[in-house]
Amino acid sequence: MNPILKSILSPKFVFATIRVMTPILYPAIGVAITALAGSINIALEGIMLMSAFTGVMVSAYTGNLLISLIAGVAAGVGMGAILGYFHLKLKADIIIAAIALNMFASGITIFLLYLFAHDKGTSSSLKSLVFPSFQIPILKDIPILGPMLSGHNILTYFVFVAVIAFYYLIYKTPLGLRIRAVGQNPDAAKSVGINVDRIRFYSLLLSGFFGSFGGLYLAMGYVSWFSRDMTAGRGFIAIAASSLGNNLPLGTFLGSLLFGLVNAFAIFIAPLKIPSEFIQSIPYVTTVIVLAIYSINKSRKVKKEIE
Amino acid sequence: MEKFIVKYFNLIRTIIAVLIGVVISILIIFIISKNPGYSLKTFFLGPLLTKGRFGDFIEQASPIILCGLAIAIPFQAEQFNIGAEGALFIGAAVGTAFAVSTHMPTILHITSVLLVAGITGAIWGFIPGFLKAKWKTDELVISLMMNYVAYFLGLYLINYYFRDKSAGFLVSYQLPKTAWLAQFIPGMRIHVGVIISFVIAILTYYFLYHTTKGYEIRVTGINKNFAKFGGINVFMVIVISQVIGGFLAGLGGMTEVMGLHRRFNWQMSPGYGWDGVVVAIIGRNNPIFIIFAALFLSYLRTGGQVLNLLSDIPSEMVIAIKSIIILLITAEAFLEKFKYRITIREAKRREALDESDS
Repeated sequence: MNPILKSILSPKFVFATIRVMTPILYPAIGVAITALAGSINIALEGIMLMSAFTGVMVSAYTGNLLISLIAGVAAGVGMGAILGYFHLKLKADIIIAAIALNMFASGITIFLLYLFAHDKGTSSSLKSLVFPSFQIPILKDIPILGPMLSGHNILTYFVFVAVIAFYYLIYKTPLGLRIRAVGQNPDAAKSVGINVDRIRFYSLLLSGFFGSFGGLYLAMGYVSWFSRDMTAGRGFIAIAASSLGNNLPLGTFLGSLLFGLVNAFAIFIAPLKIPSEFIQSIPYVTTVIVLAIYSINKSRKVKKEIE
Repeated sequence: MEKFIVKYFNLIRTIIAVLIGVVISILIIFIISKNPGYSLKTFFLGPLLTKGRFGDFIEQASPIILCGLAIAIPFQAEQFNIGAEGALFIGAAVGTAFAVSTHMPTILHITSVLLVAGITGAIWGFIPGFLKAKWKTDELVISLMMNYVAYFLGLYLINYYFRDKSAGFLVSYQLPKTAWLAQFIPGMRIHVGVIISFVIAILTYYFLYHTTKGYEIRVTGINKNFAKFGGINVFMVIVISQVIGGFLAGLGGMTEVMGLHRRFNWQMSPGYGWDGVVVAIIGRNNPIFIIFAALFLSYLRTGGQVLNLLSDIPSEMVIAIKSIIILLITAEAFLEKFKYRITIREAKRREALDESDS
């Protein structure tokens, strides 16, 4: 059998898919929550960068994983709060404010990286920590399934918890109900006494919360350093992933899984000597195509309903 | 005074936002630099102190102006397009490929290369524009993705087919002399492309505010349904605004290659497209204001580069400052209380005037 086909059909491929899906799924959950509340957050790119940077720096200077986790999450939630403040309180356009925040995160992290690590590229001169990976007892011994699902980073396991938490939040809590109500019809929500701005603010904080894990995973799990603009568009792919899944929990998960698959595929066919630039463009081209197909179907459905 | 403030409130708010950005940069320099006086001087006066740097300051405004227009025209039609960065990159890459592989007399070569780059950029604008107009695909996400596609395809094209292996860097072959835009002031890198960009800005102003198509674009932006009922072909307007935008961005990338580097030397996206978003916002989508906004930004950029070179402050500070300025400018309610107080005072004054008249 062709060695590349063989490697794609091996459990390693599934393992890689889950691994590369993780930093897309976290921000995708963040995007989905805000999209459900009707104020889509496209600043996940910046949120992840800030969290990744903060996590790496704090871990390098304190040597404590828990403190760096808290700091990283705080940075992400803080970014969400800034976006919320500017959008809801100061009436800035949320898209432009988010673009500004993405730029801010890119600039300030490189700026501070230079000040602390004296390097504008990576933080590899600093000794930062990583979140541990571990084997799951019993599961790890099952053939095929074991090497697929066991041995992941703790944050990768946690992303599945995050999806379930997202589901629970949206469908089983009063806040989730309000988020959906505000997104579907803000005026109706207002008429029953829901504070629309406050709910949207909460949704932005939550998106910062979930996004920050994506950033932390990237710099302290996926790799073990911070590098400039290391999110490489994952915050934007997350928007595509969540909109593919209609911003619902299962859909968001499947959307992210698709991008994980494409990315893993790109990694696995690398030995074919197809130029790397070409392979790297695959997920972005896929997003364009899938989003186009998705909206074509949607507009057909709308037409049928009208008829 | 109150009357003046009420009338020019937006302008005043923009200036205040810019001033806040400037103050923050001064503070950062004071905190970080070991020699703040010198750093401040290089940052704020750097672009003016030597002839070459002054030239760079004017020169760098050129692609920013074109990208600003590329963003502003779709913005006027209420279309987001943050794909200027990609259109610029792929336009310059394909244009370079074309320039290197053809031989023509100067004028013809320059025009055809610019056209190729512009049309490539226009395709990059067409895709999100068409998808949006036809099937309501989110143009924001599509144009973002197109940025990455442009980046990787552009690199692929240059690095695999047009790479000058003798150069020692990852750069394309040098453009033939017939495709150069001349630098016409000795000691400065200001080239013909700079003039092109200023002229295009003025033409765009005329197009948007004094032609039917321009009017249609603006009406579509203000109220799509109204435009539809008024008989405007909204589908065409959306597509055309994106196509023109992409064309201008592609042009912006190509003039930079033809006038400044004379070969394609970007291994990283140069960021002019994002600066375009910034100047479109600062200039409130008005081409004339965009010229000034672009000059301001390019002043900061040049100052940042000088700072990077001569002092201990990294130039990325400028990016952070820029984003703070945009945040403040887009914040509609920023300084609103102040405006409210002034408006009331002005109204009272007028009331008093009216009473004394009658």
